[in-house]
Amino acid sequence: MKRDPIYGMMAEFDTPVALIEAAKRTYQAGYKRIDTYTPFPVEGLAEEIGFHRDEVPLVVLIGGIVGGLTGYLMQYWMSAVAYPLNIGGKPYHSWPAFIVITFEMTILFAGISAVFGMLALNGLPMPYHPVFNVPRFTRASRDRFFLVVFSSDVKYDPAATRQFLESLDPRSVSEVPS
Amino acid sequence: MDEQHKVTVDAQRAPVIEPGYTFGSVTEKISAIVLTRPASNGWFLGFGVAFTLTMMMLYAVGYLVLKGIGIWGVTIPIGWGFAIVNFVWWIGIGHAGTLISAILLLLRQSWRNAINRFAEAMTLFAVACAGIFPTIHVGRPWLAYWLFPYPSTMGVWPQFRSPLMWDVFAVSTYGTISLLFWFIGLIPDLATLRDRSENRLAKIIYGMLSMGWRGSARHWHRYETAYLLLAGLATPLVLSVHTVVSFDFAVGIVPGWHTTIFPPYFVAGAIYSGFAMVLMLAIPIRKIYGLEDFITERHLQNSAKVMLATGLIVAYGYGIEAFMGWYSGDRYDAFTMWNRLHGPYAPAYGALLICNIFIPQVLWIRKLRTNPIALFLVSGVILVGM
Repeated sequence: MKRDPIYGMMAEFDTPVALIEAAKRTYQAGYKRIDTYTPFPVEGLAEEIGFHRDEVPLVVLIGGIVGGLTGYLMQYWMSAVAYPLNIGGKPYHSWPAFIVITFEMTILFAGISAVFGMLALNGLPMPYHPVFNVPRFTRASRDRFFLVVFSSDVKYDPAATRQFLESLDPRSVSEVPS
Repeated sequence: MDEQHKVTVDAQRAPVIEPGYTFGSVTEKISAIVLTRPASNGWFLGFGVAFTLTMMMLYAVGYLVLKGIGIWGVTIPIGWGFAIVNFVWWIGIGHAGTLISAILLLLRQSWRNAINRFAEAMTLFAVACAGIFPTIHVGRPWLAYWLFPYPSTMGVWPQFRSPLMWDVFAVSTYGTISLLFWFIGLIPDLATLRDRSENRLAKIIYGMLSMGWRGSARHWHRYETAYLLLAGLATPLVLSVHTVVSFDFAVGIVPGWHTTIFPPYFVAGAIYSGFAMVLMLAIPIRKIYGLEDFITERHLQNSAKVMLATGLIVAYGYGIEAFMGWYSGDRYDAFTMWNRLHGPYAPAYGALLICNIFIPQVLWIRKLRTNPIALFLVSGVILVGM
């Protein structure tokens, strides 16, 4: 498959407030395949560009349930089935003593799911990405706020999109080579 | 242009960040410490001291492995002695890091942001230090992996009714979650360093570590969810870890140690000594690296207040311990307490009370809470006492 030589059109803003406003207007103008890049999380920005389904909590819930079950069943199997030991006459299946490790395993699995689930859903690690081709983009991790309209958007047109982005009063507009 | 967008400050209280900074200048100032600041003679001196001490520790551990735990004066095989004192102390130190990063995040205490990363790093090192002691106290450290449930040819599985096994799971979970929490928090910072560094090798290394983070709004959204959930998971975890550590004692039947006050008392003690360690690290760091504008008086004051509050809980714990010695009517319990006050270790117990209860009360004085040198000294006293 041949890749589109142009990844999208990038506009640069000075403040998070300006970016939110610009993102809102771009989304309302009919551009659906857009993304924004900021040095720190900006509240409400993801919603403005049409991102509503965050699966991280579900992944963490599943991880936690799996961890808790693993922890409890492991202890049950080892203490009551595989290697029953008589410790001070306590029952082999002494569930109160198993609570601590069940809890710890729940946290462990849920925590690992949170981190690796987040990275996987975000498609990271990703060493190469077209947005890095724009020299100004190094400031996206410092103090500038970027908006990109992807060339895969049905409404994308090099001239018209550039003109639209210019109308949002950005600091600069540049084409992103892929 | 940048100057128009000053970082807003809360005018009512001492600021979390001194006025006059922009998004850009904060980034510049902090990343410059990592990227452009040359290693000074002072740095090499500090490194030399730390390296010498590490070598001493390795020598001591080597000697221990050769001779056995008898070198600590441990004469009964079930006694931990020196090792458990160090284990509990180090785990406790680590707790402040998690408290700052997790609990204060959930409570929306924005002042935590200036100190959370190094507090988390402190936690990691503290957990690593703590992990040394249970490993070496077993006497045959090369067999310490027997503690983990793995399918062995011996057909033997661990004994899960023992608090020692609970410890294995609690501490290894704590270490793993602390590492993940620290690393996930670092990803966007590493991306900033990648974009700031001029050196190609540094760019590649930071690029790999930041995993291609680009600050997309979708990524930030999932990132913040994951971070918040991790904080929510780490909060009960941190409380459970020292609770489990206290079970090592409380579940046993040794007189004077078999009491229900232990879990909350241990957790409070952990936060208490942990904040003392945070201050002992933060005060020199802000001075040497000129970060007084970011780690402000407010951070120092708040930490001092946390120490004061948890210190009082610890004092209550000591009080209840002594009270139970009398109230239980058990003469072994009573003797343990009496022996602590009048026996061969009485000077140590007296020093503990002075360092942990009496001296830290000076933190009621506002002037001392805002004085870095006084805080540094009080923190040192608390760490000695603990």
